[in-house]
Amino acid sequence: MTQLTNKTAKMFTKILIANRGEIACRVIKTARKMGILTVAVYSDADADSLHVNMADEAIYLGPSPSRESYLLSEKVIAAAKRTGAQAIHPGYGFLSENADFCRMCTDENITFIGPPVAAIEAMGSKSAAKNIMEKANVPLVPGYHGDDQSEAIIKQAADDMGYPVLLKATAGGGGKGMRQVWSESEFSEGFYSAKREAMSSFGDDRMLVEKYLTQPRHVEIQVFCDNHGHAVYLFERDCSVQRRHQKVIEEAPAFGMSEDLRKAMGETAIKSAQAIGYQGAGTVEFLLDVDGSFYFMEMNTRLQVEHPVTEMISGQDLVEWQLRVAAGEVLPKTQEQLVINGHAFEARIYAEDPNNDFLPATGTLDFLQPPVESEHVRVDTGVRQGDEVSVFYDPMIAKLIVWDESREKALQRLTKALSEYRINGVTTNIDFLYNVATSKPFINEEIDTSFIEKYDSEIFHDDQQTLADELPMAALYLVLALADNAKQKAATTTDPYSPWNNTNAWRSNEAHIHQLVLAHNDVEYPVTVEQKRQSNKSYYLISVGERTVDCQGRIDGDTLHVSIDGYRSQATIAHNISNSGDQISLYRQNGVFNFIHIKPDCGDSDDNENHGGLIAPMNGTMVSVLVKAGDVVTKGQSLMIMEAMKMEHTIKAPENGTIDTLFYTEGEMVDGGSELLAFTAEES
Amino acid sequence: MAKIISKINVRSPEFIENAAHMQVQVDDLKIKLEQIKLGGGERSRERHLSRGKLLPRDRVNALLDAGSPFLELSQLAAHEVYDANIPAAGIITGIGRVGGQECIIVANDATVKGGTYFPLTVKKHLRAQAIAQENNLPCIYLVDSGGANLPNQDEVFPDKEHFGRIFFNQANMSAQAIPQIAVVMGSCTAGGAYVPAMSDESIIVKEQGTIFLAGPPLVKAATGEVVTAEDLGGADVHCRTSGVADHYAQNDHHALEIARNIVGNLNRVKPVTMNIQPIVEPAYDTQEIYGVIPKDARQPFDIREIIARVVDGSNFDEFKALYGTTLVCGFARIFGYPVGIVANNGILFGESAQKGAHFIELCAQRKIPLVFLQNITGFMVGQQYEAGGIAKHGAKMVTAVATAQVPKFTMLIGGSFGAGNYGMCGRAYDPRFLFMWPNARISVMGGEQAAGVLAQVKRDQKDKLGETWSEQEENDFKQPIIDSYEHQGHPYYASARLWDDGIIDPADTRQVLGLAISASLNKPIEDTKFGIFRM
Repeated sequence: MTQLTNKTAKMFTKILIANRGEIACRVIKTARKMGILTVAVYSDADADSLHVNMADEAIYLGPSPSRESYLLSEKVIAAAKRTGAQAIHPGYGFLSENADFCRMCTDENITFIGPPVAAIEAMGSKSAAKNIMEKANVPLVPGYHGDDQSEAIIKQAADDMGYPVLLKATAGGGGKGMRQVWSESEFSEGFYSAKREAMSSFGDDRMLVEKYLTQPRHVEIQVFCDNHGHAVYLFERDCSVQRRHQKVIEEAPAFGMSEDLRKAMGETAIKSAQAIGYQGAGTVEFLLDVDGSFYFMEMNTRLQVEHPVTEMISGQDLVEWQLRVAAGEVLPKTQEQLVINGHAFEARIYAEDPNNDFLPATGTLDFLQPPVESEHVRVDTGVRQGDEVSVFYDPMIAKLIVWDESREKALQRLTKALSEYRINGVTTNIDFLYNVATSKPFINEEIDTSFIEKYDSEIFHDDQQTLADELPMAALYLVLALADNAKQKAATTTDPYSPWNNTNAWRSNEAHIHQLVLAHNDVEYPVTVEQKRQSNKSYYLISVGERTVDCQGRIDGDTLHVSIDGYRSQATIAHNISNSGDQISLYRQNGVFNFIHIKPDCGDSDDNENHGGLIAPMNGTMVSVLVKAGDVVTKGQSLMIMEAMKMEHTIKAPENGTIDTLFYTEGEMVDGGSELLAFTAEES
Repeated sequence: MAKIISKINVRSPEFIENAAHMQVQVDDLKIKLEQIKLGGGERSRERHLSRGKLLPRDRVNALLDAGSPFLELSQLAAHEVYDANIPAAGIITGIGRVGGQECIIVANDATVKGGTYFPLTVKKHLRAQAIAQENNLPCIYLVDSGGANLPNQDEVFPDKEHFGRIFFNQANMSAQAIPQIAVVMGSCTAGGAYVPAMSDESIIVKEQGTIFLAGPPLVKAATGEVVTAEDLGGADVHCRTSGVADHYAQNDHHALEIARNIVGNLNRVKPVTMNIQPIVEPAYDTQEIYGVIPKDARQPFDIREIIARVVDGSNFDEFKALYGTTLVCGFARIFGYPVGIVANNGILFGESAQKGAHFIELCAQRKIPLVFLQNITGFMVGQQYEAGGIAKHGAKMVTAVATAQVPKFTMLIGGSFGAGNYGMCGRAYDPRFLFMWPNARISVMGGEQAAGVLAQVKRDQKDKLGETWSEQEENDFKQPIIDSYEHQGHPYYASARLWDDGIIDPADTRQVLGLAISASLNKPIEDTKFGIFRM
């Protein structure tokens, strides 16, 4: 039957990818493998980007902002028609879940590689989607959203769903008018206090009640449906590790899943998809409670960012499946033919600053060296060394995907690959990812959606650390690297064996000492490294404060082999050379440790003195200007608000003073580093 | 090459006893130097730091390339010479790497009598300049000095080798394209003002450095003008108005960073044209030298045991091994550089002197640096030897040593007495560097011998007058002489007066020689024209 059906289907010969970055590259790879020509689209900012270079053809859409390029449906359709592309792959984001665009494609007789319009529309509204699912007997988080606000009715609803429950103000937000109720006896008190708070906060004390999941996990099911009534699920992904609703590390399969639960969730997901007449790749997101109950959250009608983990454990190419289904073929595999093999993780490498509230970072990827790809390591990316991470698009640099036989082994692959990922020029979340992946709760599968908040101090190493081994290791690395560099340099001179080439800090009749200052989390540590020699072998006495350790070591590539008081271990080192002080990152089993090698203070040059201007901290858009020229402002007063990547950043007055001139108005694009306003500090 | 096979048993009681004896002497040296390296008293150091200035040794460390060795010179200068304690003669000198280039560094220590120049301060400064000139090394002066020490002006100002010679040297080195760089990090008064003024490039630290021919008190006395030191000769005056200084520095670190940049722009390439080889560590631990040197200085030892603990791979190709055996000559390498070694292994005879002269000729012609390991009580005396022409044989060796143009390096590892000092390239024979071991002794002859000679003369006088002289009286006469020779022949006494370039730990001999040889190669080796050898 399969063969019969596929005979009538005709695979595309040319498709257009209405996207950019890694997903555009990802789709092009599969299309090329299948012998399908590809058309890329691009904006000004992407004129020379990787996806444009990879595609067979490319069409210019417009200026860099996506609303003037990638979001312009008409231009994308026109591009497809001009190039003769028979289908459009929307990727994720941009137009991928835009029903109007889907409809336009259909109208223009171009295949939209995705679900039908109706399915997109059905899932477009969350409340409508829930109604559909409720009718289809898909479990939803139990709750009462009714108009009858009597205590008895609401309490009855709470009793029925079982405690704990969460009372929420209907008009609510920001945690106001919200109460957790842990037992029946506490209900009344919680109900009225929540109502009072809701009234004073919103002038509206209506309440709703939902089951409170104490440790919910985000587990989603990959489903696939064809046009012939077949549907399969390609197992689950656990995406519980999130920060501000953005997934950080995803894995498949989810840990602790029984076969029964997997089957139950998979079949429920298929039921959800079929309830809306779904076709193509879709993801049904569930909240999974500790007791094994699961509740529908939403369905994403597109290929997900994290689809590679499913590909790694199922051995399937989901983009190929998408193309085949869109071309009218039946699903390549039946449910019985699909099996889970091993375990996979995906870590999203972002240009952002985890230490500064995940503020998106921009800049040039001066140095980009991903780990070597293999059957265990996969890197999906859309950028090359020298490319710009611009303000215009999502700052994701790459997806690092690893696979191995078990979760434990795969996790080792992940930490190793993260420690080998080298990016200079742009601040990234690699160290943050490494710290998540090496944290005990992550290793021990103590994961729910509040993971990052819950283990914040562990992940960020905020707790007071002794750095007992890490400081000597960083110092030893610097001393050894100094020697290695000197040796290399000496080889090119007329005097390659001169003892002057040695960096042993030799002194006549006194100890040979390197004085270093290393900073960790803004705390400076003076470190003394005494270089000693016995029987023609070098060793080092490294002192931090009162403690002295006896060290030996060598650098092999980017691995530091070290012995500290006889304890041998190793660490992967990343060394970023900078004028303001080199940064040393030590990747160890218990996390990454960053140190700055503090250089001596050479004073402030008169030429570089800040003349009172305020500088844009990043590329972005001026959202709001709160002051005008001539205003007298006080220290800390908000002056301007900039936005980048949907995050706001407030520019504040550094001290009391007067605003002289404003250089930007609301709505303007601002380059990072530009002077925003002229400011004169008050004479103290 | 032939490898020296050591015959020393490092577990023998003699070896252990010898090593312990040397350790005591090295420890004594290091304890003395620990104090000296602090510089001036605690109060003056604190005052110095409170002004935001770095201590002179920290300045040197900050100036040098990270991890660079620093071959400090004459650490014991002025030790117990003056009534006042003048650690290191109030000036730190040495060779270090700056921007990959070996440089002479001269740093005043303002915590010692305001960095003023005592006679030995001048001598130490001039010695550093001489090393710079002989070895073609750029000079970096870290100036922080009140100028000549006024109470000692008669021994500092007027003579040829006095204060004025500093500027004479600067001018002449500049003429020879040996860069002169001054970093003014404190006072630079009167004559001192010429250090930056005579330099090729100069840096001055704001609110710290001052340059003027006469300070505010003298100006007021002379003309009645009242002016602050900063307005008279601060960084702003000299960088913006007078042009006496070229670079304006925010602080000490900034100034030293500028100095490093200046050296980086010198465009110098070290002209190493000899056959160099990769380094091979000696087959024997250099530390074992301690146990080789007998506790009793009169006991002989085989100098090859020392050579084996200094040269690459302990490899040594001996020249004329069977002839004039009290002088050991041969070829070896130190840090890959070829060297000719001339080492005492007993008293000098006519044959040994002729062999030495021959070997020095070989090295001069082949442009191989010479290393002298000096442990010599003198030339053989007596009728037979005088008749054999020991004076003319000795003269041949002295002629060869004096005129050889290859770099010469002298290590005083034991006795250095009489004409043996000359033949073995003593200070007067312009070795590029001369270092002593703590066990070494230097004098015209041994204390015992000197006392014996003087006692003999005295006894002859007494005999002539018919007086008697008891053995006790003779001993009482001799002991002060012996004591005085011991005191004046001691390395501390010698080093305090700059008869050498410093006392080193014997275990550092290889390291020091390597650094010194390498530094000397900044100057191309010239052809030698020997004088007349008396045949």
